[in-house]
Amino acid sequence: MRMALSMQETMGASFDLPDNTKSGFGVMGDPGSAGRYGEYGGRYVPEPLMTACLELEEEFRSAWADPDFHNQLDSILSYYAGRPTPVTECARLSERIGVRVLLKREDLAHTGSHKINNVTGQALLARRMGKSRLIAETGAGQHGVATATAAAFMGMECTVFMGEVDTLRQELNVFRMELLGANVVAVKSGSRTLKDAVNEALREWVSTCENTHYCVGSVMGPHPYPWIVRELQRVVGDEARDQCRQILNGQDPDWVVACVGGGSNAAGTFAGFVDTSSNLVGVEAAGGAAIAHGIPGVLHGMLSNLLQDDSGQILEAESISAGLDYPGIGPEHAHLASVGRARYEYADDEEVVRAFCQLSELEGIIPALESAHAVAWVVREAGKAIPFGSTVLITLSGRGDKDVSQVRDILRSSQSAGSQSTDLQSGGSQSGGSQSGGSQSGVAQDKVQAG
Amino acid sequence: MAPSTDSSALSDVSLPEKDAEKANRLSSERIAEEGSEKAVAGAIHSKLLSIRDKKKKSLCCYLMGGMSSDWQDIARAIENGGADIIEIGLPFSDPMIDGPVIQHASKVSLDSGNSPMSAIDSISNLDMSIPVVVMTYYNIIYRAGLYRMAGRMAAAGVSGSIIADLPVEEAGSWVATAGDAGIENIMLVAPTTSLDRTKVICDTSRGFVYCVGTMGVTGERDELPTSAKEVAAKVKSVTDKPALVGIGVSTPSQATSVCAIADGVILGSAIVRRVLEGENARGIENFVRLLRNAIDSL
Repeated sequence: MRMALSMQETMGASFDLPDNTKSGFGVMGDPGSAGRYGEYGGRYVPEPLMTACLELEEEFRSAWADPDFHNQLDSILSYYAGRPTPVTECARLSERIGVRVLLKREDLAHTGSHKINNVTGQALLARRMGKSRLIAETGAGQHGVATATAAAFMGMECTVFMGEVDTLRQELNVFRMELLGANVVAVKSGSRTLKDAVNEALREWVSTCENTHYCVGSVMGPHPYPWIVRELQRVVGDEARDQCRQILNGQDPDWVVACVGGGSNAAGTFAGFVDTSSNLVGVEAAGGAAIAHGIPGVLHGMLSNLLQDDSGQILEAESISAGLDYPGIGPEHAHLASVGRARYEYADDEEVVRAFCQLSELEGIIPALESAHAVAWVVREAGKAIPFGSTVLITLSGRGDKDVSQVRDILRSSQSAGSQSTDLQSGGSQSGGSQSGGSQSGVAQDKVQAG
Repeated sequence: MAPSTDSSALSDVSLPEKDAEKANRLSSERIAEEGSEKAVAGAIHSKLLSIRDKKKKSLCCYLMGGMSSDWQDIARAIENGGADIIEIGLPFSDPMIDGPVIQHASKVSLDSGNSPMSAIDSISNLDMSIPVVVMTYYNIIYRAGLYRMAGRMAAAGVSGSIIADLPVEEAGSWVATAGDAGIENIMLVAPTTSLDRTKVICDTSRGFVYCVGTMGVTGERDELPTSAKEVAAKVKSVTDKPALVGIGVSTPSQATSVCAIADGVILGSAIVRRVLEGENARGIENFVRLLRNAIDSL
């Protein structure tokens, strides 16, 4: 990777202004007109989309500096979306794993995830630009549902692009979007998952950008999207920091952990803590770990870490959670990783299902499978990377209702597979297991046997 | 690339971020200056200018590299049918400006075991006497390394490149690297591109200027979009470089119509669809000849 980057710099040294290698105003600040986060980011779109991207950047700069826009947004987030969301202390999980766990409860926001923060802001922005229609890509369906919701609430048309594979995995969310008045397009190109839904949404946007706003769902895509979405999700981190300081007598948590697909809930969370001494950790799906296994490249308008082969073909990400099945990662995360301000880990499907069950049983909170990745990493690393006695804030990005039937099927099939089932449901990974009595796995086990 | 003293001075300056736009403008002007100096030399540019000098129009036809077992025969048929330039697509997994036809051709090519590099290497076997342009997406070039890719293209006899997702702001490194290797990088102007921006793009573009005929993905359309002539007129109002219209031109009559203003046309999906439907080299040659005769009748 370094070779490719340095080669580009060398070859372009006398030619390559604007200085695309300089990021904007400090870490997690304004990425400047080139939209760079260190060497990552930028705006790699076909010329037909450039004007729309430039107009959007200009409009966002003006809106974000406009107190009226903020008042309007804050007001909708409060009376409609249910903000602020609480921070919940997890007494039983904390006792079990030996670190103090706090959850930022984005699962309690309207539509069941943090996605509403972003779409509310973008829908307002679209209306400000005189656009009457929203389009969006979705993986698990959370962003699609949120976009359909904002469109319904604001009286706009909405079309959501969803990989055909995901429409089958998440058929309830498809119906939910249709109930909300959206048109859902099952994308049959490529791997028929999230990355292909993004391609299709971009294609649609090329021919409709005059009246249509593309409501990108994560901190990805061409500039200004990674910046807009991070700023609109910043509310998660800003609230959480103040709430943690109240709970922790003015202290910040030692660790701040969030799951990462494209990385919007993590970016919003980190934005609130980047200037504190908290350790920041993003947890990717093992099958979509763009930081651990990716190589810098250009996809969907951005330069970031991507899963790709030697010839530059994009590989398919594979995980249990449709929302994390993305072969890239937001460019600012690639930058935070490269400068060492945040670290990026991954969790595999098995430990994610365990964490899903564990949080449900111990705390009465059923997490989205995406969010369960963050929980799984904390459970695994308690007493290892995370010293016993530490305080950890996990952003619980969404609720798990959409995943219940999928997890039921997984537990049933692992049950019928025999010996594996105890591993799947045992309250923990190796580290958790030594401290756990084993009773926490009982409920899930009973359900499975009853089923 | 010609060493440029003022550019190295510029890049040594540590610019305050608020001046980024100024730097952007400066660099565009600078690219433009170098662009116009160098653009006269290329094979594509000089060929298209000589066609225009004879009051004729240019025909560029697109084919996805590796999309069928006989694609190399079809490439020769395109030349025999009378195309002035052939554009060879390098397959990419995520072709975001392409409609279903070229998406499918790209997938077929990759599924048949082809890669961008194997397609490039095959180009030297084609032994074409018309200039060859490759069309692809930036990740293919970025992954290979800009210098390596430019060298490989030049070695295969490629004269130009079209990188669909590389707008002028991000194009500096590739324009320079490709230019050093003798590759003319062709830039796109869209119906929505402002006049100021069109000027910068036209100045940066080498070979010719690719006028995107409609706001949409590649694919055939029943009617010639009104934007096709408008974008050509816009480009011709700011540059002397040849202006060819692609995307949205599918038939001989549409080609003729757009050539009333443009210096030529680029046809892609109309050819690729025929190949996907099993049309052989002779059939493609006949179709290209129809196009040739139509625009020559002007």
